[in-house]
Amino acid sequence: MKKLDRNQIAVRVARDIPNGACVNLGIGLPTLVANHVPKDREIVLHSENGILGLGPKPAPGSEDEDLIDAGKNPATALPGAAYFHHADSFGMIRGGHIDICVLGAFQVSAAGDIANWHTGEPDAIPAVGGAMDLAAGAKQVFVTMEHLTKKGESKIVERCTYPLTGLRCVTRIYTDLAVIDVKPDGLHLVEICAEGLSFDELQRLNGVPLKYRAAA
Amino acid sequence: MIDKLFATPEAALADVPDGATVMIGGFGNAGMPAELIDCLIAQGAKDLTVVNNNAGNADAGLAALIGAGRVCKILCSFPRQADSWHFDRLYRAGKIELELVPQGTLAERIRAAGAGIGAFFTPTAFGTRLAEGKETRHIDGRDYVLEYPIHADYALIKADRADRWGNLTYRMTARNFGPIMAAAARITVAQVRETVELGQIDPEAIVTPGIFVQRVVRVQTMRKAA
Repeated sequence: MKKLDRNQIAVRVARDIPNGACVNLGIGLPTLVANHVPKDREIVLHSENGILGLGPKPAPGSEDEDLIDAGKNPATALPGAAYFHHADSFGMIRGGHIDICVLGAFQVSAAGDIANWHTGEPDAIPAVGGAMDLAAGAKQVFVTMEHLTKKGESKIVERCTYPLTGLRCVTRIYTDLAVIDVKPDGLHLVEICAEGLSFDELQRLNGVPLKYRAAA
Repeated sequence: MIDKLFATPEAALADVPDGATVMIGGFGNAGMPAELIDCLIAQGAKDLTVVNNNAGNADAGLAALIGAGRVCKILCSFPRQADSWHFDRLYRAGKIELELVPQGTLAERIRAAGAGIGAFFTPTAFGTRLAEGKETRHIDGRDYVLEYPIHADYALIKADRADRWGNLTYRMTARNFGPIMAAAARITVAQVRETVELGQIDPEAIVTPGIFVQRVVRVQTMRKAA
């Protein structure tokens, strides 16, 4: 079996972002999605710290400390971009104005619950940032993650064991093995991404029952 | 004549008492009023409750204020970072209290204080650990959590331009929490790059009207590349 690497997962997510969408990309793998949006589509990236129309990384030497992204890295703003304050920025998120957010996760449940902010370990210092607002507010929540933990356990679970970020909010999961939709009646396999992986083997690894209806 | 311009940061912060609640603008270092924070450290006020998105980066600004042991409690959304060692050390030693607030809830609680809102229901964090013990309500098919405003004695913010009435403009993502903190605090101190005559800021372009700003200090900030 040949799993997707991080960039290949990002490429797969980018394929599903339609022309004209307002999109918020989380830190880490989700950020890579911006590099792979097909050239014939115009999308608007939202950065929680107050930009619509976030552009690519600045050229070396042209960074500006007043212009950063949500990961606090130097950023640029595209022609047409807008700046706004934090209450407006999260009004956009909570108010359902963001079409898609892409988040990383520790676990996603069969009901679409997401856990991505806290390992729950007693000595861990918790940090939540904008994750709970995005989970609660974006019209669609896409999750990118490796399908299995280092121990080989499925990160897609019946019930999350890590502290929750949001309930019943994830709409689609992109892993190094597969793309899976979360629907009211459970998890639906969209496609297998890992080369040489059978449905039965994916079902065995996934731990939670997957529905699959081949295209008619 | 109305003149909110102060000659020095020291004069603008001289009356901050021990135990004050102080909002500090900035998202990471963008919009952080570093010179005002340096002045607050020198001024000596202690047992402060600080409201900021983060809990300081590296050794300067808010991190230095925390490192100096002046902060007894912080309300923020994202304290843990690769370079938040001053906060991490005091938190693990039980010497600083943390109220972790989702970023949008933090922003809205600050906004609510400035706007005279007594409380509000938000969908954020419903069913999570951060909503434990809080009042909830089911409204029109959705579940919400009751959240209360955050008021402050002082707000220390960084803007770009100001006039003597305290009208402010900002620069790019350095705006972040500035406008809402300005409205939420009893005394807002803005450090700015430039002060101009009344009328030189286009009224259409003013982001924070002077009604929300009590003190303005011009600071010659070196803008360094990140």
